[in-house]
Amino acid sequence: MRPLFDPFVLPFVISMTFVLLYCIIGMIRIVFQLPKEDRRKFLRSLIYPKSALKNFRDLVNDCLLHTKIWKRKPLLGYMHMSIALGWFMIIIVGHFESIAFSPLRGLEVPFMPKLMSNLYLPIFFRYFAIEDLSLKAQIFSFLMDFFLLMIISGIFIAVVKKKKPRKVGLKRVTKFGIKEDLVRLSLWTIFPLRFLAESSMANIAGGSFFTKYLGFELLFGGNYNETLSMIFWWLYSIDLAIFMTLLPFSRYMHIPAEALLILLRNAGLKTTEPRKGYALAEIYSCPSCGMCIDVCPMSEVKDNYKNTAVYFIRNIRKGKRRRDVKAMTEKCLMCGKCIEVCPLGIESLDIKIAQRNKTYYKIKSDFEYLKSQQDYKTTRPQDKAHSPETQQLSNSATQQLSNSATLYFAGCMSHLTPTITRSMKKIFEIAKENYEFLDAEGSICCGRPMMLTGKVNEAKALIDKNTELIKNSGAKRLILSCPICYKVFKEEYNLEGIEILHHTQYINELIENDKLEIDRDDKRYVYHDPCELGRAFDIYDEPRNIIDNIGLLTPGKSDKDMAVCCGGSIGSLTMTLEERDEITKNSIKDLMHNNPDEIVTACPLCLKTFARLAPVKVRDIAEIVANTIN
Amino acid sequence: MIDFGFSISKSSHIKMDDVDLKLFNKLEALNPDIKTCMACGLCTATCTAGKFTDVSFRQIILMLQRGKEKEAVEKVKKCMMCGKCMLVCSRGINTRNILLSITRIYNEQNI
Ligand code: SF4
Ligand code: SF4
Ligand code: SF4
Ligand code: SF4
Ligand code: SF4
Repeated sequence: MRPLFDPFVLPFVISMTFVLLYCIIGMIRIVFQLPKEDRRKFLRSLIYPKSALKNFRDLVNDCLLHTKIWKRKPLLGYMHMSIALGWFMIIIVGHFESIAFSPLRGLEVPFMPKLMSNLYLPIFFRYFAIEDLSLKAQIFSFLMDFFLLMIISGIFIAVVKKKKPRKVGLKRVTKFGIKEDLVRLSLWTIFPLRFLAESSMANIAGGSFFTKYLGFELLFGGNYNETLSMIFWWLYSIDLAIFMTLLPFSRYMHIPAEALLILLRNAGLKTTEPRKGYALAEIYSCPSCGMCIDVCPMSEVKDNYKNTAVYFIRNIRKGKRRRDVKAMTEKCLMCGKCIEVCPLGIESLDIKIAQRNKTYYKIKSDFEYLKSQQDYKTTRPQDKAHSPETQQLSNSATQQLSNSATLYFAGCMSHLTPTITRSMKKIFEIAKENYEFLDAEGSICCGRPMMLTGKVNEAKALIDKNTELIKNSGAKRLILSCPICYKVFKEEYNLEGIEILHHTQYINELIENDKLEIDRDDKRYVYHDPCELGRAFDIYDEPRNIIDNIGLLTPGKSDKDMAVCCGGSIGSLTMTLEERDEITKNSIKDLMHNNPDEIVTACPLCLKTFARLAPVKVRDIAEIVANTIN
Repeated sequence: MIDFGFSISKSSHIKMDDVDLKLFNKLEALNPDIKTCMACGLCTATCTAGKFTDVSFRQIILMLQRGKEKEAVEKVKKCMMCGKCMLVCSRGINTRNILLSITRIYNEQNI
């Protein structure tokens, strides 16, 4: 019997040891970068049986079966699953196989601790094995064949995807440099080389249907040539070594990183620093699959596709100059579509926000002036707002507010689109709502636009002021017209005991309670989901239900979570009007897919943006309701 | 002095030769669209912060062009970054980003 060692295993053993050490050190580093509180939370989550069970389920679903990709693109799902699951199973089955054939195990390996031989034996099992025709061996070789075939079919799709992306349902795929190409090539050739190596000596070591008949008999003509065989074993080992050595520096790092990310996410952690801890785990977990390129509205403009999430993440990872990363961060519309499709659930927007929060502004905002304002009814200082009389006036206005249970806050954007506020007033009156219009005379901003620029602390001043005004009113319900407000009110404001509703939810509730009598018309409406209402809060059904009650709801090309941002988003800081217009046009094209008579939306910013370029009338949902009730 | 019932206000004449436009040029290089502003004032009319203070994007730009940087910065500080001025601008200027650039380029010491 041959000894259980041959120098050709060395490249693999050394590189594998390197990868294992690298990953362990990397994981420890990430865990140590977490804020203290988060780290404790994470370690605790590993022990609790309930979260441990969830960890296990998610690891299997996401790392091996890739269920999320299956849902979006079945073919790609199969591709990822076949490679990941197939490879994983080959390693597992290989381990059992090498344990099952215990004669191998009994032998001592020269110069190497047992641990190391455990590392390579399953991988190079066929080199050390001797033909065995028992049923047990047959079952093993059938399993190995099955998973090998699975992997090869997956690699076949991957090759097609690289050459003809459209065939697998993608318009654009991620572009890679030479290093990534080399790693991919080494990955793709691992299994063919393994097949050749195993086939070349299948007469001695035994083998499966594949290696024995297809490989040894057909390919090698039934002859065993020791030198040739050794060449293939060396090539196989070296190929594995190339892949393993480059893995930490390539996108394949996502294989180990993803596992860590799932554990961190299940512990309920979020990004706090743009390049440390949780964010780092996310950055390493991105396999550059490119799902986020086609969906990103920015890729409508030539060259701007370079700002999409995948390239953003890659640039951070490469440690690109801060200026480049910052520019990408500031271009993004923050529409959230890339996150919706990301199979790994990478919250790249949190990283972008964290990065924006690092921006250094030499001039700080100053909202001291808000402190002296009693409420929104105060006008400019030059109108003597600070004289005792007006102060008293506004005090009485605040008094009056406290008697009503419902507060309407239109928000600063809605004051640009008076049809919305007018329509809401009419709806309130007809529904006989006892309401108070908090910012009838104009308001301060909700603070979200400010937060998006990275000025979190300064935005706090605006948030505090609004909170104070709303709390003082004693209202129990707060109705908003702007989704941008809605998001920040829901996420950043502390308005305990006050129910926050967007007007789509409120109107829908009125309709369901038969508070409004609607004259149906026969117009065909298409509904545009505003990002901050749809993707952010899954408010999809309420507006559609309202439209169903008024006219005919026709679908756009990509609805609901796949709706395209109107392009007006205040999320982007640097996008020019020309670039925005391209996005708007594309979004309109999407909405006009079924030739509707009108576009309906529920966001003053969307309304304003679309109205400039749409070929049909654009109206807010409140307006079409107000026009059909009497 | 005899009181004639009126007075002469201080001259608001600005000698452009004395004005150092280094920072403004930097701002203009970063945001070339600033050149297309025609001082129509739509931005001012719609300004959210303008409701409570004297913030006016149009004035900010004019002041910076004329070297009245201190006054301009005082106004910028009160802006809420809401972006409404950008939405209404008749020339499609990215006003919000210009305001942000100002807070990065100018600081209280160098003006
Ligand atoms: S948030 Fe929207 S604009 Fe930004 S990268 Fe994602 S898809 Fe593109
Ligand atoms: S961010 Fe998500 S969708 Fe985009 S390339 Fe990375 S993994 Fe794929
Ligand atoms: S205006 Fe509407 S569609 Fe555009 S970014 Fe805001 S919420 Fe999204
Ligand atoms: S609206 Fe535009 S063009 Fe008009 S003053 Fe303001 S920035 Fe200048
Ligand atoms: S961004 Fe600033 S200057 Fe422009 S409208 Fe809003 S508060 Fe006024």
